Amino acid sequence: MESMVTIYLFGKKYEVPENLTIMCAMEYAGYQLVRGCGCRNGFCGACATIYRIKGDTELKTCLACQTKVENDMYIATLPFFPLVKKEFDIENVTVSEQIMMQLYPEIYACVGCNACTKSCTQDLNVMQYIAYAQRGEFEKCAEESFDCVMCGVCSSRCPAGISHPQVAMLARRLNGKYLAPKTAHLTDRVQEIKDGTFTELLEVLMQKPIEEMKELYNHREIEK
Amino acid sequence: MYSETLKQSIKAVEAAREKNIAYEPARMTAKEKEDLLAAYHPDYKQDQFETLKIGPNKGEKVPCELAEMLEAHSRITSDAVDLSTPDYDVDVLIIGGGGAGASAAIEADEAGAKTMIVTKLRIGDANTMMAEGGIQAADKPNDSPAIHFLDAFGGGHFAAKRELLHKLVNDAPEAILWLNELGVEFDKAPDGTMITTHGGGTSRKRMHAAKDYSGAEIMRTLRDEVLNRKIPVVDFTAAIELILDDKGNAAGAVLMNMETKELLVARAKTVIIATGGAGRMHYQGFPTSNHYGATADGLVLGYRAGAKLLYADTLQYHPTGAAYPEQIFGALVTEKVRSLGAKLINADGEVFMHPLETRDVSAASIIRECTTRGKGVETGMGLGVWLDTPMIEKIGGEGTIERRIPAMMRMFGKYGIDIRKEPIIVYPTLHYQNGGLDIDDTCMSTGEENLFVAGEAVGGIHGRNRLMGNSLLDIIVFGRSAGKNAAAKSREVSLGALTLSHIDAFDKERTAAGIETDAVSPKLLPRYTHGNAKLK
Repeated sequence: MESMVTIYLFGKKYEVPENLTIMCAMEYAGYQLVRGCGCRNGFCGACATIYRIKGDTELKTCLACQTKVENDMYIATLPFFPLVKKEFDIENVTVSEQIMMQLYPEIYACVGCNACTKSCTQDLNVMQYIAYAQRGEFEKCAEESFDCVMCGVCSSRCPAGISHPQVAMLARRLNGKYLAPKTAHLTDRVQEIKDGTFTELLEVLMQKPIEEMKELYNHREIEK
Repeated sequence: MYSETLKQSIKAVEAAREKNIAYEPARMTAKEKEDLLAAYHPDYKQDQFETLKIGPNKGEKVPCELAEMLEAHSRITSDAVDLSTPDYDVDVLIIGGGGAGASAAIEADEAGAKTMIVTKLRIGDANTMMAEGGIQAADKPNDSPAIHFLDAFGGGHFAAKRELLHKLVNDAPEAILWLNELGVEFDKAPDGTMITTHGGGTSRKRMHAAKDYSGAEIMRTLRDEVLNRKIPVVDFTAAIELILDDKGNAAGAVLMNMETKELLVARAKTVIIATGGAGRMHYQGFPTSNHYGATADGLVLGYRAGAKLLYADTLQYHPTGAAYPEQIFGALVTEKVRSLGAKLINADGEVFMHPLETRDVSAASIIRECTTRGKGVETGMGLGVWLDTPMIEKIGGEGTIERRIPAMMRMFGKYGIDIRKEPIIVYPTLHYQNGGLDIDDTCMSTGEENLFVAGEAVGGIHGRNRLMGNSLLDIIVFGRSAGKNAAAKSREVSLGALTLSHIDAFDKERTAAGIETDAVSPKLLPRYTHGNAKLK
């Protein structure tokens, strides 16, 4: 018999095996999940969850698919949080703190409470990346926020009403498109393809009998 | 945290580490690979496949679990909804909100078509989000689309549809540029040169990455662009049946709200199926690295309406699924771990294969090690082999793991395993649907007019096995192409009256074939109970 723990899903008591994640424990309890379940691997941010261990004052946050149940865990999932997403035209933006002031002025109302960082399910330094965004330091904001899965827990804890994941998303796109160095070999190759540099080479391969293709494949040179 | 028994086994791995790093194992010959696959690869287990009795691919074999869904009843009868008053009326209807669907939507919108995405979960809930390793494109001076073609064609056992593969490799560099221009943050050197590595079966280092969040970085950027363009996304709504017009062409879909079960009608001049893969069908009982919604819906929808399948009998088992700890059983351990230098090691501390053989060969080799050779590591949940991650730090220098594969470090770190210091245990996991709906080089179904397909739901781009980094590429290349072509085609289409009569026709065919089944499809979501016997 596997050992069981007691958990409370939205306040209701269940006994579940101790080795399960919160997500699997919900399924063990009988839930057929539609909301709050996505990649089940910690990448998609669908299963943001808030919990408290009975008797503790501290409120904890996690991804349900990545976190094991504990005894006396009171669990509430946060399958959706109303983040503010402002539209912009990536082709026509000025890359300066102006854009942040225009789209997400509330970031300048940050009170420095650090609740975002404390609540991050990915252990990111959220308040720091917001500080970078305030100063228009998009490269730093992009790097600091890179592992964000946009689960929205940080925003749920923010007294200033900041939608941190969306701010970071904007910074990463600006960085990726405008600030990161351009790739000469990529634009060159796209041009070569347009010029038909490889057309004939490819045509030859399109026509070659399978046996000849096998020969070519089995004796191709492999870069070290 | 590893058990004492596993810690003992790790000692053998540690003792041989220096020697194993220096050792360069030979690659297998073509004959060796062929024999290995035939003996150990799950695709070759005949009793796990069933011959289809009805539909466009009647007489062909597919996995038993898929056959059941393809031959099942529709979730609705042909008179269940009023088709004359559609709830949505668009030029291009895109079913699926992953990388292919989002790319298609952006291009269809760009072309001026009235476009809508419908997805049974949220936009971005897709295998794209979980692709870790990278995306291929031949954009380095020592590489070319022709070399890329040869790698992929050989890796796919010379079975790819050449016109599709041609498109894949030839449009690859432009796909990378398009993503970069949308703001995707690729790993680059200070001078802008892409940092590229090998993947299994590549002959040039052409794997582009965004750390080991490559798919997530691409997906969240595409999603952001879809939202910027205000393209309608109807989420938590599944397409459960295609609608045809009186000419028999695709003309929309019946939709079902996943929460309220309300049925809705979407009329469209062209339809794009971008529903992704099938890992959650758990073929042959394998665990999967796939997203919760990967249940082969698009194959079922298309098949019932007359679209042909190609290579639906071939699946990809990713060689390195996590085999320990239990909480992440089946989760993907990116191939990039091996690209960066980690080798596969058996229970005796021996390197038993070259770490960068193609995925099918690697999977079969691990299964052989754990079965007939008896050199697997017992985890308590089954067998696996070691993947010696600390080698990466020795080869690339301290900090390499944190810099290049942070998601892996985080995934294992949560369970007390520091992959910089301790190796991990892996076993093949159901990863990718090589086969799917058959298309021409405009992405249109070969069996159903005005039905386009993109992404993992397509069959034939890769042949019978796919190389790492070619599926992130195919969702972009074929997603964009499907979007452009479906938009262009929608301008020529004048829709006739809508009908669901193909449901009745399919029912008749089923009865005539003597098939008795209570199954309904598409499956939409798997059901898990984790051993709770009280639940049905």
